[in-house]
Amino acid sequence: MPRALTHLERLESESIHILREAVAESERPVMLYSIGKDSGVMLHLAQKAFYPAPPPFPLLHVDTTWKFRAMYELRDQMAERAGMELLVWQNPECLRLGINPFDHGSAVHTDMWKTQGLRQALDHYGFDLAFGGARRDEERSRAKERIFSVRSAQHRWDPKAQRPELWSLYNVRRAPGQTIRVFPLSNWTELDIWLYIYREQIPIVPLYLAAPRPVVERDGTLIMVDDDRMRLYPGEEPQVRSVRFRTLGCYPLTGAVESGATTLAGVIEEMLLATTSERQGRVIDFDQSGSMERKKQEGYF
Amino acid sequence: MVAPRGGPGPRDVASYLDAHERTSLLRFITCGSVDDGKSTLIGRLLYESKLVFEDHLAQLEADSKRLGTQGGDLDFALLVDGLQAEREQGITIDVAHRYFATDRRRFIVADTPGHEQYTRNMVTGASTAQLAIVMVDARAGVLVQTRRHTYLVSLLGIRHVVLAVNKLDLTGYSKDVFDAIAAEYRSFATQVGLPEVTCIPLSALKGDNVVAPSPNTPWYAGPTLLEHLETVRVDDDALAAPFRMPVQGVTRPDLNFRGFTGRVASGTLRPGDRVRVLPSGRESEVARIVTFDGDLGEAVAGQSVTVTLADQLDVSRGDVLVAAGDPCEVADQFETHVVWMDEAPMLPGRPYFAKIGTRTVGATIGHPKHRVNVNTLEHMAADTLELNEIGVCDVSFDQPVPFDPYEANREMGGFIVVDRMTNATVGAGLLHVALPRAHSVPWQPVEITKHAHAQLKGQKPAVVWFTGLPGAGKSTLANAVEAKLHRRGKHTYLLDGDNVRHGLSRDLGFTDADRVENVRRVAQVAALMVDAGIIVLVAFISPFRAERQMARELVEDGEFFEVFVDVPLEVAERRDPKGLYRRARRGELANVTGIDSPYEPPESPELRLDTSRLSPDEAADRVLALLRDHGRFG
Repeated sequence: MPRALTHLERLESESIHILREAVAESERPVMLYSIGKDSGVMLHLAQKAFYPAPPPFPLLHVDTTWKFRAMYELRDQMAERAGMELLVWQNPECLRLGINPFDHGSAVHTDMWKTQGLRQALDHYGFDLAFGGARRDEERSRAKERIFSVRSAQHRWDPKAQRPELWSLYNVRRAPGQTIRVFPLSNWTELDIWLYIYREQIPIVPLYLAAPRPVVERDGTLIMVDDDRMRLYPGEEPQVRSVRFRTLGCYPLTGAVESGATTLAGVIEEMLLATTSERQGRVIDFDQSGSMERKKQEGYF
Repeated sequence: MVAPRGGPGPRDVASYLDAHERTSLLRFITCGSVDDGKSTLIGRLLYESKLVFEDHLAQLEADSKRLGTQGGDLDFALLVDGLQAEREQGITIDVAHRYFATDRRRFIVADTPGHEQYTRNMVTGASTAQLAIVMVDARAGVLVQTRRHTYLVSLLGIRHVVLAVNKLDLTGYSKDVFDAIAAEYRSFATQVGLPEVTCIPLSALKGDNVVAPSPNTPWYAGPTLLEHLETVRVDDDALAAPFRMPVQGVTRPDLNFRGFTGRVASGTLRPGDRVRVLPSGRESEVARIVTFDGDLGEAVAGQSVTVTLADQLDVSRGDVLVAAGDPCEVADQFETHVVWMDEAPMLPGRPYFAKIGTRTVGATIGHPKHRVNVNTLEHMAADTLELNEIGVCDVSFDQPVPFDPYEANREMGGFIVVDRMTNATVGAGLLHVALPRAHSVPWQPVEITKHAHAQLKGQKPAVVWFTGLPGAGKSTLANAVEAKLHRRGKHTYLLDGDNVRHGLSRDLGFTDADRVENVRRVAQVAALMVDAGIIVLVAFISPFRAERQMARELVEDGEFFEVFVDVPLEVAERRDPKGLYRRARRGELANVTGIDSPYEPPESPELRLDTSRLSPDEAADRVLALLRDHGRFG
């Protein structure tokens, strides 16, 4: 009897199958690349899926201008390494109005830069299918997301009109104007992602590893002072602490955790002891109960 | 989000990785009726396995106070009930996937709904599951939904079933209650071909026998639920089956490399193996099994690879590579089970798409031979299948497809049905056997071709399809067009809706299903007449886009002209040449298009004519101009 596949091999093969199905049945696919660890794994899987050819689609980064500096550095390196075109979209309306998390709040900031920005970019380039790195274990409303998810011409998600997904048969057909979001990492957990990064030696932003970094503590969340745009409250003084990030977004909205894990192995070891879920580091989710579900209906990835 | 049970100590990551590599995966579903406590059970499994994060727990405590049904105690269902709408309604309305692990196994759970109108989601969850937990409320016993779900579990090929007799605390942990339910269930399970059932008494709410053996059921000596999930043997049938790989695409980075991508559906593949390409039937030898991580000496079921062959063969997406010495069948007509998943009922004869493996084909579903009453397993007569109904139907594909019976190979025998107009996934099907006639009725070659027929008549054949509401003026217009063509020496024939119903379609009524069949017959007759070189005029309400599209696809490009005879409903109703509208308005006649039966107007007809503004003569001239412009006559 031949050996059965291991858990990680199964996940990898399933994701490759999904990537190939999506590309075979779309006209103009794109991969959303957010520079985070999940994006890194997704990009790596795309390279595997089409090897020895490069992945037949560009990468799209919907930028907010407020990401960590270290993220921008890795982004450009990764696209070049993969031999793929990198498109960067910054919502021109946000640039004009100077939308930022301090004056406009996390909800407006996220909606305008990310949700509206993504819609604009998809419309601008005419993409009919977009890969995203979301996982079902991240958040409760995501547990019910399909792997292939149809969005209306207005990019809205209707949780009541989802298509049943049977076996590994994905229905990619759509009406003119409709687009499809595809989540090849649907069945991966956070630990799977880390184990895979470790096994495959996938480059990650150094912020995932602990290092002394200047942070301020706000409402129980550690925020890193990444550049001089960070607004400090009276009396607030950045302190240098050994921290790392479990998830990366806009630096003023991303919480760090105190950690001594300076290596990937150390991070995985800490994972085994983890008692808080990774999205806790994201300030946007705390706005309202059921907030992710609402954002998704409006077109947030 | 994994923290192994028992509290992890400091570990060496390399050895953890190594151990992790060897753990197997179990995909299971939970199903049962509303209020049986499925979400509570999964929440309890996560909680007891120490898999709930502190922040999730904090939210659970807050939500339990606000929305909980447990009087302030933790309501575990809230941990897994994701969508806000359903949290407020207190029912699970969709499939939710959960992930957890122990040191012995990793699990993917599909929490599937018991709510009757969402049974399609249970089928979805079951299609990828290896084991099913069927829950019953100890106070209610085996219910209609329990039988339905058990039948579906069996139909979809799950061989391992756990009956979780929940809420036993509410019966005083009664052994008699448990035994009675277990006996009734085993009897039903055996009837549907599930001899292996493990019955476990538990209380998801109190935690009895979920993770730890319960002191409240000293009479029960079997495993706890988690123990069973960790240890049950799930043999991988796909590994032992003959090699199959549906081709997803062709990778050609340069002229020297031509690889066929796919995921091995079953069996194993090694370089040098003889493979056959189906449906073409050509054979070659595997040259290389290519991956990003280097060439493989062996690929196994479930693995995504790129295969190169020793010979230059024409292989493309939708083909299947199979073991040359153990190939599968190729056919285009099958006996199947169809599970209907759409609000709009299945219409026999309507053209749908089917996706099987990596191939999408045109498909029509025949009249159900019977519908299965899932409560009694009785075979019921049926004209159609409604949402959540299951029937045995013959299915025809418009091209031959390689397949294995679903019982032997899920990946090679399962298909989905897609609506051509809405693009929704409206059904799922299981192929069982190819119908003998698919093999035994070959096409008879004929000597006199369509071209020869048309040449003798000195014309180019065409179908002019007049569609519109009753009273729109289709027959009047078609008659006027035919008279003009006839005067110009053209060979024509007019198929009129009413006249056809006196003969060819005498057996049909006016339900949606019968309308579909009526149009199918007329479209076939029109196609035969085009073959005979005739210009065919069809005056038919033909209310549905899907069937008009089917009629168009039966003839060659450029031979079909859809004429939308478009008048406002008020005008058609005022004309009412046959008194249909009057009788419908008085309630004497049902299924009148435009009144209580839908009409789907064409989206891009070749010609749209408003007969409330044009005389029949003017309108007929427009049709002739259309045919002349498209070179149908000089």
